[in-house]
Amino acid sequence: MNRFDRQDGKLVLAHILFAFAALLLGGIAGMLQGMVRGGASILPDCIGYYELLTAHGVLMALIFTTYFIVGFLYSGVSHTLGGKLLPTARKLGWAGYMLMSAGTAIGVAVILAGQATVLYTFYAPMKASPWFYIALAMVVIGSWLSGFGIFYQYRQWRRAHTGKLSPLFAYMSVVTMLLWQIATIGVAVEVVVQLIPWSLGWVDTVNVVLSRTLFWYFGHPLVYFWLLPAYLCWYVVIPKIIGGRLFSDSLARLSFMLFLLFSIPVGFHHQLMEPGISSFWKFLQVVLTFMVIVPSLMTAFSMFATFELFGRSKGATGLFGWVKVLPWKDVRFFAPFMGMLIFIPAGAGGIINASNQMNAVVHNTLWVTGHFHLTVATSVALTFFGIVYWLIPTITGRVLTARMNRLGIIQTLIWCVGMFIMSGSMHTVGLLGSPRRTAYTTYDDHPDAVLWMPYHVAMAVGGAILFVGVVLIIINVIGLLRAPKGETEYPIGEVSEAADRTPAYLERWGLWLGIAVALILFAYTIPLIDIIRYSVHSPGVKTW
Amino acid sequence: MSGTQQQLHTKQETPVKKSDEPALKGTFVSVLLLGAFIAVSWIGVFVLFIVRN
Amino acid sequence: MHLHRLEKIWLTIGIGMLAVFLIVLGTMAFSMGIQPPSGHRHTIDPTKVSETAPFDTPGFTSIGDHHYEAVMVAYAFGYDPMTYEVEAGSTVDFAVTSSDVVHGFSIVGTNVNMMIEPGEISHIRHTFDKPGTYLILCNEYCGTGHEYMKTTLVVK
Repeated sequence: MNRFDRQDGKLVLAHILFAFAALLLGGIAGMLQGMVRGGASILPDCIGYYELLTAHGVLMALIFTTYFIVGFLYSGVSHTLGGKLLPTARKLGWAGYMLMSAGTAIGVAVILAGQATVLYTFYAPMKASPWFYIALAMVVIGSWLSGFGIFYQYRQWRRAHTGKLSPLFAYMSVVTMLLWQIATIGVAVEVVVQLIPWSLGWVDTVNVVLSRTLFWYFGHPLVYFWLLPAYLCWYVVIPKIIGGRLFSDSLARLSFMLFLLFSIPVGFHHQLMEPGISSFWKFLQVVLTFMVIVPSLMTAFSMFATFELFGRSKGATGLFGWVKVLPWKDVRFFAPFMGMLIFIPAGAGGIINASNQMNAVVHNTLWVTGHFHLTVATSVALTFFGIVYWLIPTITGRVLTARMNRLGIIQTLIWCVGMFIMSGSMHTVGLLGSPRRTAYTTYDDHPDAVLWMPYHVAMAVGGAILFVGVVLIIINVIGLLRAPKGETEYPIGEVSEAADRTPAYLERWGLWLGIAVALILFAYTIPLIDIIRYSVHSPGVKTW
Repeated sequence: MSGTQQQLHTKQETPVKKSDEPALKGTFVSVLLLGAFIAVSWIGVFVLFIVRN
Repeated sequence: MHLHRLEKIWLTIGIGMLAVFLIVLGTMAFSMGIQPPSGHRHTIDPTKVSETAPFDTPGFTSIGDHHYEAVMVAYAFGYDPMTYEVEAGSTVDFAVTSSDVVHGFSIVGTNVNMMIEPGEISHIRHTFDKPGTYLILCNEYCGTGHEYMKTTLVVK
């Protein structure tokens, strides 16, 4: 067994710990929000609901996720591409970390000081402090440096192993960071070209429709940036954890390529209820959105097939005999598995959200909040939590104890219970019309709004349980850092012998990137020209 | 460790079909249930949309 | 690339189901006119909303039998006009814009749920068959008073 490189371990650990610090801070905010909406007016004068909400969104959806993903991907790239990061790759990793962290610190400070109460989508023409936008730019550009490190390591490996199929972990990491790179161009243009000059007073007005379109060009692939590392764990790591094999290497790679192609030219499905975009282009991007569902349908089949073939190899019979032989008591399997299971209602909700005119039923209601608490805050988060139980021991030269494992199972169950109550209530009250991103109100005791209150109370209860879950995972992370010393193998799955060979065309980056760019140009060129030509510019406003 | 599993020199010439056909029935049923969940939830919200229109 | 027979069947069923959804949505949108709101582009200078017709006189105007045009302005933190009354069975054509930031316009219990953006005019039509006092609220965060931003429409 090869020991995980100590220097690389420091880089990975720095990312993981920063991610969990963000989770804790963001979790405190979330719990307070739930309580306020449930009717408990507990906030001190110095902070408002919307400041907390902005912090919660930024810390959870941008910081926790990005840091964990970069750390996790660097760990696998180090392990599978030579056992050690090249000096240039490691330097880029640290440079990215420093820049992102500086940006995060500035951003959080500005948010908590009440200078950027614009929520994590910062829709113009609400105008925040320029430092907020500068901080965001620093985080994004920092993440580009992180991506470059991964690309560099991969490229050097390919040159040294011409003709060889790249390790699946590394391949999927490259797809993930390519997706991120292409997607963040949109938000970078919005922030650097539009919002920073405007917030500094160099220009008076901003093209609102353009800013939103650039944001959502980024905002949809953002969620695949979150999802793909979770899928990576499910495809590459879980088979090893359970003692089985990957169902198919080629289908796994194909699914990731399809994500690269179809998760970007689809931003309009977040703008279906907006003016300024024609019904034709909205529907066209809805059609493209539905195509991105296909690789998830493929992934579902691959996952079940991996489990069933493993079960049969252990002698299980019948349709579902394999269920019993899965290692339910192993948190490294159980937590990601719950993530997989919950992706079923999560994904179903997503299909509904993207359904063109049907979006009117759920737009800006708590249903949407319920949806993304299932996708990112459960499927992705639980998978990340499950990873930590082997990742921290591997990179720090320690081992997972039976006691830690048990605590992990308990934390996972608490998370699931809290989320069921909270997200379940959100979905329901959202269908009844209760708006998201809104502080406590009954709209002057309007009967419809009064009817929502019991659900908001249930949300507060669920949120409090989830906060217990947050505290528990932090305790577990600290516990893992102090676990007994030993060697933990980095779990990389092997492909089933029955799987077919992986065709080389799946690694022809020029071809796939070309198709991806062509699709983006196809989906966005005409509407963007229209938006730039006909949109009216708005001055900035500070409404808080 | 990573290169060996890609070499299928030991692959039998007889088609693998017969042994893996029943082997994935549980998978098939599971994904069909998933598909049914998607269908039912979509139709549910669709009906709500129609009723409110 | 080889696909297992059962995977081929699954993907056919799955993609087929998605295709059915798209055909239903597309037919409703392009043959029956049941589309997302604001299909046609209509802009306005956001700094001159109070001077530009018809938003200089927001309100409901009868344009036919049981047919109204509702010209409304959204602002932080309310709507102009504050409330109105129509008869059950009335069709209302809403034209709404914002004089400041992005707002929402959601009539609880209906499919009227759209974004109101400065510089743009949002359009939607709805027929109110059921009597009642409909809550119209802003569901897009717009500032400190966001949770108070609402109006009502009475249908008799």
